[in-house]
Amino acid sequence: MFRDALAVAGKDLRIEARSRVALNQVAPFALLVLILFAFALDPDSGVLHSATPGLYWVAVLFCAVLAIQRAFAIESADANQDALRLSGLEPAGIFLGKMLAICAQLAALEVLLGLGVVVLYNSPPTGWLLLVVTCVAATAGIAAAGTLYGVLAAGLRVRETLLPLLLLPVLAPVLIGSTRAFEAARNSTPSQGWPWVGLLVVFAVGYTVFGAFGFGPLLEES
Amino acid sequence: MISQPAQDDRGADVADGPSGTGSRGTRILGLVVLAGIALGAYLALVSSPPDVNMGDSVRLIYLHVPVVTVAYLACGLVTVASVMYLWKKSAWWDVTAAASAEIGLVFTCLTLVTGAIWGKPTWGTFWVWDPRLTATAMLALLLFGYQAVRHLPGDPTSRARRSAIVGLLVLPNVFLDNRAVTWWRSLHQGTTILNTLQPKIHDQMAFALVFNIFVGLLLAAWLMIHRWRLAWLEQQVEVAELDEAIAERRAEGAAPGTPAPGTPTPAATPTPATPTVADPTPATPTPASPTPASTSARTEVQP
Repeated sequence: MFRDALAVAGKDLRIEARSRVALNQVAPFALLVLILFAFALDPDSGVLHSATPGLYWVAVLFCAVLAIQRAFAIESADANQDALRLSGLEPAGIFLGKMLAICAQLAALEVLLGLGVVVLYNSPPTGWLLLVVTCVAATAGIAAAGTLYGVLAAGLRVRETLLPLLLLPVLAPVLIGSTRAFEAARNSTPSQGWPWVGLLVVFAVGYTVFGAFGFGPLLEES
Repeated sequence: MISQPAQDDRGADVADGPSGTGSRGTRILGLVVLAGIALGAYLALVSSPPDVNMGDSVRLIYLHVPVVTVAYLACGLVTVASVMYLWKKSAWWDVTAAASAEIGLVFTCLTLVTGAIWGKPTWGTFWVWDPRLTATAMLALLLFGYQAVRHLPGDPTSRARRSAIVGLLVLPNVFLDNRAVTWWRSLHQGTTILNTLQPKIHDQMAFALVFNIFVGLLLAAWLMIHRWRLAWLEQQVEVAELDEAIAERRAEGAAPGTPAPGTPTPAATPTPATPTVADPTPATPTPASPTPASTSARTEVQP
């Protein structure tokens, strides 16, 4: 299963490296969202600085929706979905592979967005350990839920509109947990942030397990 | 769908299902519900005393709590029916999930509206970021997403399976939402009815509340029966239309001299003297349905 996962993840990341959609379109979109937030919230009033954790994670969620749509759009061309079904790979392995590839792309976007908020919002990072662990747990949760709902919406004519409607309410606990954990890190009170990391881990583990079991039937439907 | 009876018993069970949405029993239940609503309104608005702190605004509780009860029960039923559908692959459970999700969505929205109206005089604002309010709002959004999946065009079996996966995740998602927002400061009213050790509520008010919850459950049962039967009949129509389209297609193929469906009609082919008016309501699109042939055939059968 893990060999299948690595094969699928490698395949997705190779396609991304060659097509550079994430680099040329999603990354500029991420920076654009940060700049739009600055237009909406006056940078001189201090609101932007105090709301940085929330704005950061909202930007991550927007980018995640694009990355997930892209992860399944590459399967829709030339009946790749059928090839994936007939490949003999384990559905759980395909799920984990897709999830790993999305995780890698999201991690790169999070680093970029992190640099963006440091420079644009003047919010230097503090509490590195909590920040990194929060990012890992939240990214795994977003990727797991995103892969599950992504395959559910794949192959449908309404997938572009259906995916955000299904996925964003589901990701609400991730947004709340990661934002609060980032706030705790910024306020130098990491003990208040770790329970939120616990919630993120529960979310990520729950969706990974459910996704590994539910991916097969959904792949058959897509 | 028809060709895979082992995976889904839609086609096989059609003849055993109801032929209408109402029956003698449901009409009696409807009358009982109407009488119950009238008596419940009397108990809530006239008979029960105003609250010491909240005054007359407490009367909205007699509507709010029954609505919440029905909403949560319906949402729980969506998850149960989704699990059962994935297990049994039975259209009965699929229809149950569809019916309860619609009732759940309506009552969840009513919960938010009645809660907001009650919150204005009580808390001074229509909306607070209270855990229960926020989790209920997220539940409504999840149910909107579920409805979007339920109304996807295409193969009903595929739609049912996708819906079941989404429906299965409704309750765990609400639980996670609730956990996440519960760690915020709570303003919501604590437990009132189930706090048996220290009752905080006047006897007459408690009776009015319990009576209205009971009436709310009866109303939900009445709605559920009708929505369930309607959903079942919708599926019957879908199956019947598909059968009809396949039969017409076969008949066209068997008839000598009939051009194959989809092929352009030669100019020499005689056209009917009276032009056929296009059917304004085309058949429900199904992936297996031969749309051009069935539509043209329908115009002849049902002008």
